[in-house]
Amino acid sequence: MINSAFEANLVEIENLTFKRGERVIFDNISLSIPKGKVTAIMGPSGIGKTTLLRLIGGQLKPESGNILFAGKNIPLLSRADLYEVRKQMSMLFQSGALFTDMSVFDNIAFPIREHTKLSENIIEKIVLMKLEAVGLRGARHLQPSELSGGMARRVALARAIALDPELILYDEPFAGQDPISMGVIVRLIRSLSDALGLTSVVVSHDVPEVMSIADYIYIVAEKKVIGHGTPEQIRQDSSPLVQQFIQGDADGAVPFHYEAPAYRDELIRRVSK
Amino acid sequence: MQQLHYLGKQTLSMISGLGRAVILLVSAIVHVPNVRKGTPLLIQQLYSVGVLSLLIIIVSGTFIGMVLALQGYTILVGYGAEASLGPMVALSLLRELGPVVAGLLFAGRAGSALTAEIGLMKATEQLSSLEMMAIDPLRRIIAPRFWAGFISLPLLTAIFSMVGILGAHVVGVNWLGVDSGTFWSVMQEQVDFEKDILNSVIKSIVFAFVVMWIAVYKGYDCEPTSEGISRATTSTVVQSSLLILCLDFILTALMFVK
Ligand SMILES: Nc1ncnc2c1ncn2[C@@H]1O[C@H](COP(=O)(O)OP(=O)(O)OP(=O)(O)O)[C@@H](O)[C@H]1O
Ligand SMILES: [Mg+2]
Repeated sequence: MINSAFEANLVEIENLTFKRGERVIFDNISLSIPKGKVTAIMGPSGIGKTTLLRLIGGQLKPESGNILFAGKNIPLLSRADLYEVRKQMSMLFQSGALFTDMSVFDNIAFPIREHTKLSENIIEKIVLMKLEAVGLRGARHLQPSELSGGMARRVALARAIALDPELILYDEPFAGQDPISMGVIVRLIRSLSDALGLTSVVVSHDVPEVMSIADYIYIVAEKKVIGHGTPEQIRQDSSPLVQQFIQGDADGAVPFHYEAPAYRDELIRRVSK
Repeated sequence: MQQLHYLGKQTLSMISGLGRAVILLVSAIVHVPNVRKGTPLLIQQLYSVGVLSLLIIIVSGTFIGMVLALQGYTILVGYGAEASLGPMVALSLLRELGPVVAGLLFAGRAGSALTAEIGLMKATEQLSSLEMMAIDPLRRIIAPRFWAGFISLPLLTAIFSMVGILGAHVVGVNWLGVDSGTFWSVMQEQVDFEKDILNSVIKSIVFAFVVMWIAVYKGYDCEPTSEGISRATTSTVVQSSLLILCLDFILTALMFVK
């Protein structure tokens, strides 16, 4: 089972169940991330997309199920093995998570300095190349506190791709970007996978951008995968849930609200108290 | 019944907290240090934990020495025993005040800062992002800070006692007119290396261990929100101060009571 999946899929999630306290976040879901492709994960806010990335990175342990990365079952790895596996992946955090005690340049140089023995000269070339790719070469001397929200996320993106790892997990790479930098980032993610064969997982709500870069899309809602396929298949999906999500209607099959009793009932209860 | 339930819950969470603290300590400090990468990190922390605490230690040490000399002199002079001012000050500082006051100041100055720094790194996902970069935050962030504090406090305590004695000299000799030769020679005669100086060092090492352990644990284990960090910072100062005072009593009883 492991070896057959290993060829085409870098990450294989099988029958994963995850709970936060009593609350079930994922109920027995399975999905696979093909090697060298851009896979998008979409879904309403709070559904557990960030959680899913953290599960793949081994920062959270599932209740049950397997998360295979290149054939290794992440939840069962020892601490040392997990750190070994993580050298092959990187993650763009939703909050950016830049190191506040270092300049932009040092932030991006940090993983390179830690994991390679390259000379400072070469490191500088790599860092400037990555900064150029996100359009912030001029910002190399700034401190993270001096960046705008969108700039900080682009620096974090440059840091995530600094080592060109096998697997890159992007949590909301487009959030807070203007249309121009959005276009740049879309092309950047696409080209990393086309030119270098890196595997990308993109979590995002931006339907048009995702449709334009993803090779394969999973839509997650209600603790499950409600639809998956290529952008074309998703667009033609007959499921009302999927259609509602990509059209962006508030009223429909997908609940927009965090689990709660009906609003009407709650109002009546308050009045009658 | 409800109280019982509450008590049980509190006890359980205390024990599990203690367990996490032990695990943190063990995994942060029990490993082969990487000299090439670790040394610059340690030096940087020695600066921010140790060197930056110097000022408060020197100023407080001086004042405490001066006050001791003033009080000591007014009492001793009544018995014509002002020649014992030197040893009185030196013994008070070495045996008790040096380790305890330096420890308390260190907890307030460096311990709280470390907790807040680590807590904020956690809240802004910097620790998670290190983990995802395959860099163990326990080694990269916690260990150098722990060791820096562990090395700094005994040195700061020694400095505290020294400037305290100098402060007492200024007040006792230069102001109140005790003979300088007597001040030093009687002190030399009365202070025992093993009993006083070594015990002072042992106390400061114990306090350093306690303060740093609490500080890094509270930061690493805090709830990653602003209230969580402020609570953790407060409890670092409160718990390490109380523990220093308790342990001081126990250590004194073990060291000085025959
Ligand atoms: N530390 C935590 N403790 C308890 N529950 C949590 C915690 N973090 C997240 N959750 C819960 O897990 C669920 C999934 O959170 P997650 O951050 O994965 O959502 P998301 O899909 O990334 O949302 P968004 O699109 O808004 O970023 C949320 O409903 C949240 O309430
Ligand atoms: Mg999220």
